[in-house]
Amino acid sequence: MTTPSQTVGPFFAFALPWPDGPYAAPPGTPGLITVHGTVRDGSGAPVPDALIETWQADPDGRFDHPDDPRGRGASGPRWFARCPTDADGMYAIHTVKPGPVPSADGPHAPHLTVCVLARGLLRQLVTRVYFPDETDANRADPVLSRLPDPSRASTLIAVPDGNALRFDIRLRGDDETVFFAL
Amino acid sequence: MIDMPQYIDDSDTQPAYLWPDYTSTVLRAPSRPLVPLRQSLTEITGPLLGDDRVGPGDADLTAGHAGEPLGQRIIVSGQVRDSGGRPVPHTLVEVWQANAAGRYIHDLDRHPAPLDPNFTGAGRTVTDADGRYRFETIRPGAYPWKNHHNAWRPAHIHFSLFGRAFAQRLVTQMYFPGDPLFDFDPIYASVPDQAARRRMIARFDPDTTIPERALGFGFDIVLRGTRASIFEDDAS
Repeated sequence: MTTPSQTVGPFFAFALPWPDGPYAAPPGTPGLITVHGTVRDGSGAPVPDALIETWQADPDGRFDHPDDPRGRGASGPRWFARCPTDADGMYAIHTVKPGPVPSADGPHAPHLTVCVLARGLLRQLVTRVYFPDETDANRADPVLSRLPDPSRASTLIAVPDGNALRFDIRLRGDDETVFFAL
Repeated sequence: MIDMPQYIDDSDTQPAYLWPDYTSTVLRAPSRPLVPLRQSLTEITGPLLGDDRVGPGDADLTAGHAGEPLGQRIIVSGQVRDSGGRPVPHTLVEVWQANAAGRYIHDLDRHPAPLDPNFTGAGRTVTDADGRYRFETIRPGAYPWKNHHNAWRPAHIHFSLFGRAFAQRLVTQMYFPGDPLFDFDPIYASVPDQAARRRMIARFDPDTTIPERALGFGFDIVLRGTRASIFEDDAS
């Protein structure tokens, strides 16, 4: 059986962040967007020691991975970003919006999958960032449209913030982000 | 119709999010049940990070400084497999740890134990074709923390692994055999199953011990494997 998870702890900052970590696609890539936000705990306080990681399809909705049955998507960009939160609980990653991803349940609207690691999290939390300009695709998305509590779908959709997108993560509380069991 | 791997549910092995004995979980664990998500291409793929993330010497935490670090030199090695027994080759393994005195090189570590100018405590490597990895380092010390009165963490090395799928991502800690602090540590004890807890404890390994130089510890890591595939409509 599998090895259990343990918390990433408070002291990973000298080991896990990479200088280019926040860039899922390199600086200068056409269409590069910033997704940023604040991670907050159950009291509403910022979480200054979280690590946010994202993974996604390319702009055609393909994955740079051998298990994508359609063949590997665009290589070059890493399509993976990693950013620690700062003293104010803020993170920012930079990427290109992915395409829709096919599935047996119908196409998933463009999304980033997100892994949240922090002191106090004995396992990672997994959530998704959906895009606010994809109203129709989001409405048809098999994950967003089948949440047990549909009113919580808004926690999974980023909001426009100037030229960027804002995606706040609430670990616990009334406006708690939806987290998934994979 | 396309064959798509699906990764097994190992939640019975894993700690709960809310574990009040570990006080930091109280404000950070979600209050609502996780929403089940049928694994899609997003979850069965993942970043294949490898040699581009690792530099020469990154697997030797005792190197790269002006002198030798203080403490007992050890070799930590093992195999990364999935729960079906298949090796996980060419996958990034990241480690970080306290020094021999139990002090992290981190601004917020207030433990008044000495820093070691010859030890940083971060390492990286990539598993080989058989899923094997090897680090050279020093044995970390136990350290106090503020969780409860007179709380001490058992000595441990943090591990971060990606596997080949987002569903395989694992961050864990490796412990040392015979540590008297296990029974007092709420993080270790957060794993409900006793047998699963023991999978986090390395074993002394005479075969990797180097005479006159370093003790060997073996630590195999098991990630979620795939179960019988489902068939997915080829939507391309």
